[in-house]
Amino acid sequence: MPLLKPNRLKGKLLVVEGIDGSGKSTQISLLSHWLRSQGYAVAFSEWNSSPLVQETTRRGKKKEMFTPTTFSLIHATDFADRMERYILPLMKSGAIVCADRYAFTAFARDVARGVSRRWVRNLYSFATRPNLSFYFRVPLDVAIGRILGGRDAIKYYEAGMDLGLSRDVEESFRIFQGRILDEYEAMAREVGFHIIDATLSIEEQQKQMRAIVVGELGVSLKNGVLRFPPSEIHAIEAAASVL
Amino acid sequence: MRLKQPLQFYSEPLPGVDSAELHGKLIVIEGPDAVGRTTQIAMLRQWLEQEGHAVLDTGMARGALAGKGIKQAKEGNTLGPLTMTLYYTTDFADRLENEIVPALRAGFVVLTDRYIFSIMARAMARGEDRRWINQVTGFGLAPHAVYYLRADVKQLVSRVVLGRGAFDYWESGMDMRFGDNMFDSFVKYQTRLIRALDAMAKKYNFVTVDAGRPPQVIFRDLQGHISNLEIKKLRNMPRINGAVRPDAVNHHVKNARKQ
Repeated sequence: MPLLKPNRLKGKLLVVEGIDGSGKSTQISLLSHWLRSQGYAVAFSEWNSSPLVQETTRRGKKKEMFTPTTFSLIHATDFADRMERYILPLMKSGAIVCADRYAFTAFARDVARGVSRRWVRNLYSFATRPNLSFYFRVPLDVAIGRILGGRDAIKYYEAGMDLGLSRDVEESFRIFQGRILDEYEAMAREVGFHIIDATLSIEEQQKQMRAIVVGELGVSLKNGVLRFPPSEIHAIEAAASVL
Repeated sequence: MRLKQPLQFYSEPLPGVDSAELHGKLIVIEGPDAVGRTTQIAMLRQWLEQEGHAVLDTGMARGALAGKGIKQAKEGNTLGPLTMTLYYTTDFADRLENEIVPALRAGFVVLTDRYIFSIMARAMARGEDRRWINQVTGFGLAPHAVYYLRADVKQLVSRVVLGRGAFDYWESGMDMRFGDNMFDSFVKYQTRLIRALDAMAKKYNFVTVDAGRPPQVIFRDLQGHISNLEIKKLRNMPRINGAVRPDAVNHHVKNARKQ
């Protein structure tokens, strides 16, 4: 079965994936700022952020109404809305779209919840295949240490508490994230992830990401991607350095 | 393709559901907009309850999880076709897992106003991939019976205009602009829906019911079909009055419409 549709649009699609605490959000944020400073039109799309769906998701989480199937479907609905209304039109226009999590999150997380691999891959088969997918590989203990150090409480579905893996939230979180990690690792080849060692320093990871972007997309970035004329880039850089 | 046995999953078993423990009956009323499904369901419900059966009636976008969200999304001007298909599928899954399956476990007769077939027909009328939507909705349970209330577009138009007095934006498929006004768009969109439902009739073993007749005649027709479904007979059920009066079910219809 073909996995996701090839991108035939002018714009580019860059996505980051990894378990909670892998540091992927920090990295995609740094990358998008850098691309913007180079004069590119950059758009950003976050998992679970559609204004049409958000409230339903929030209600379902708050009242613990989800089953593995409805959890999967509501996230696909959210994704479809962002795809139809935001990602596709912007890519058609020639923008670089950076996505914090993409269909692969569903492939890992929903399957860890017991949804069938085949079904969830079909569900997202309308999605465009990213030009680059970065996977932030991190040992479970390191990720858990970052999560526990940084936030006050792990949420119900984040910990996979709906699966009844353990009564202890931390224990449940550990088991659930471990399953997600296994799914990511198992799909790495199928999906063609660029794997980043997420235990390296933030600067080193960012350096590697930028090198991959330049190496893989270098020439094609000059072709059709929306960009400010070079004369204006200095002004943007100056403005960015002030910020 | 081989027909599915009742209460078997079409292609994708739902986690945690053993169809061997489902003892009720699942009856689907399908058909295009304005064909009179709601009226029939209200009459059927009253009749079945008088016969002593516990009845659950449910329908599209009435679920606790997504019903409200769908309604709000339809009030705005950004709901795209894929998003709509998946939102309805989310609602269907929620009602299947949290209403229909528990009711079937408890031996209810479940009457459902539309099923995955309407979701599929709407998706196909909007040009979405048939195989994709087939698989997406593959966790549906095959019903004991699907009654397809069939009418042609001309009949639907007269029902809409005489009955409701105006065309509805979504029933006219105006999100896709099939025509440059609501009437033209309605005709084109409903024609596509009818074509899509017709195409499913054989594969999913629909019983096609001519909806161009008076409600009482259609009702008696449906009663006849449902009596053959071998719903557990309760012979000694005491009854005061076996007749179902259409006027007595009017408020059910109104309530269902409000939802």
